[in-house]
Amino acid sequence: MIGPDGQLSPGNVGRLARAPWWLLAVALGATVFAWRAATSAVYAEILGMILSGLGVTLAVTLVAFPLAIALGLATALGLVSPHPVRRNVATLYVQVVRGVPILVQIFIVAFVLVPLGVDALRWGAGATGLFAGLRASDVPMGVRVVAALVCAYGAFEAETLRGGLTSLARGQAEAARALGLSQRQALRHVLLPQTFRRILPTLGNDLISLLKDSSLVSVLGVRDMTQEARLYASATFRYTESLTLLALLYLALTLLLALGVKALEHRYRRHAA
Amino acid sequence: MQPEPQNPSGAVLEARGLVKRFGPVTAVAGVSLEVHAGRVTAILGPSGSGKSTLLRCLNFLEIPDEGEVRFAGRPVRARDADLNGLRSRVGMVFQQFNLFPHLRVWENVALAPRVVRNLSRSTARGLALDLLDRVGLTDKADAHPAQLSGGQQQRAAIARALAMQPAALLFDEPTSALDPELTGEVLAVMRSLASEGRTMVVVTHEVGFARAVAHEVIFMDGGQVVERGPPARVIDAPSSERALRFFGR
Repeated sequence: MIGPDGQLSPGNVGRLARAPWWLLAVALGATVFAWRAATSAVYAEILGMILSGLGVTLAVTLVAFPLAIALGLATALGLVSPHPVRRNVATLYVQVVRGVPILVQIFIVAFVLVPLGVDALRWGAGATGLFAGLRASDVPMGVRVVAALVCAYGAFEAETLRGGLTSLARGQAEAARALGLSQRQALRHVLLPQTFRRILPTLGNDLISLLKDSSLVSVLGVRDMTQEARLYASATFRYTESLTLLALLYLALTLLLALGVKALEHRYRRHAA
Repeated sequence: MQPEPQNPSGAVLEARGLVKRFGPVTAVAGVSLEVHAGRVTAILGPSGSGKSTLLRCLNFLEIPDEGEVRFAGRPVRARDADLNGLRSRVGMVFQQFNLFPHLRVWENVALAPRVVRNLSRSTARGLALDLLDRVGLTDKADAHPAQLSGGQQQRAAIARALAMQPAALLFDEPTSALDPELTGEVLAVMRSLASEGRTMVVVTHEVGFARAVAHEVIFMDGGQVVERGPPARVIDAPSSERALRFFGR
């Protein structure tokens, strides 16, 4: 709440009151769990199973995120473009994608758009016969889910980037153009560096969301951490142990990411306008 | 700053019949002016008289609805190739400084030479340090703009505008965002630029500066030029009732 000094908490409070006690609680829980896992053969086995999906979880997240930002950037430039066709195409994409659940998008991309794309590719290559042998089933599910997540998160990143770009003072673009920089040069050297510094906290949150949403790939049978935990649980009926451990591992990953983002923010905060 | 050959009027920068409207408001209602090499033109007038808009039309930060701008005798069209060329030859200093906060002071100055003129980083840095020395900011070269006072920021902005070796400099109320103590250091830099024979167009409320430095004063009201001429006449002995009232005589 707002304190007597008009500051939002944590405002002017002592070091003890500002300490991250919640983190201590998490650490305690994790320690208890780690100790049990270390002393119990069952937990060790579950941990091994779930960790075998860690690579897939991280790969999906770390491949999809930069691609989503690239797609978001192209879309954001469309959203702020004076060109009506570009602006409307970008708006259509953002509005449609944001209004459809990610799970539904994953199904649509995987089972509708990818087969359509493969057909289109074969048809487009035509007489060259370049893709004659290509079937939709040749496209791995991993690729399909990454495409779906990029599509979904591209729309979020577009809105974030648009907000960041339009929040910059108009004088920044004017000063850049008045020096003779082209539109592209002004974006690259003046506007985008400031935008990315400004939206860093949002990007960090989106990365964390994407890491969590990567668990949706399990619905296509892609063997990420979630899928490994489900497989183990349904084979052994150890739902409590498997799912608790799974949740704890996601929590550890997202907390690590959050700390990393905080550190980056701190680095860039110093010279923010 | 030689007069260009195919340039009948001999003006560096020239505007004819400029009109700029914002919706129902006509900010600039048919203004012409000539800026000659080595001369300082001061544009004075009450707030809302259209003087800043006129200045911004000269480098197309506002695209004029009617009229023509000529640079070195050649008409400038509102398309990117023309504009980037014009703007890299005509420097601009803003009321709000508009330094790039993510770059160090020397990087602010070196950016356009590096990006537009493709100078190497070290050459551009050398150029930037020379210009910062010129405006008395050598010791702030590695600072970020947020660490500078308003007067220092504006002097850095002047160095940035000088970095492209412009044929003319436009100043849009360069001291209006500064408190009186900081105004002096900026005006001193501008005075020394004028004494070097720089071509300058200055929109300002500093009547004293205009009187001391300008070769020509343009007094505007309601989007039109009410009076123009040497400062001794326009400021000290205006013929129109409007200018008399403005200059408080």
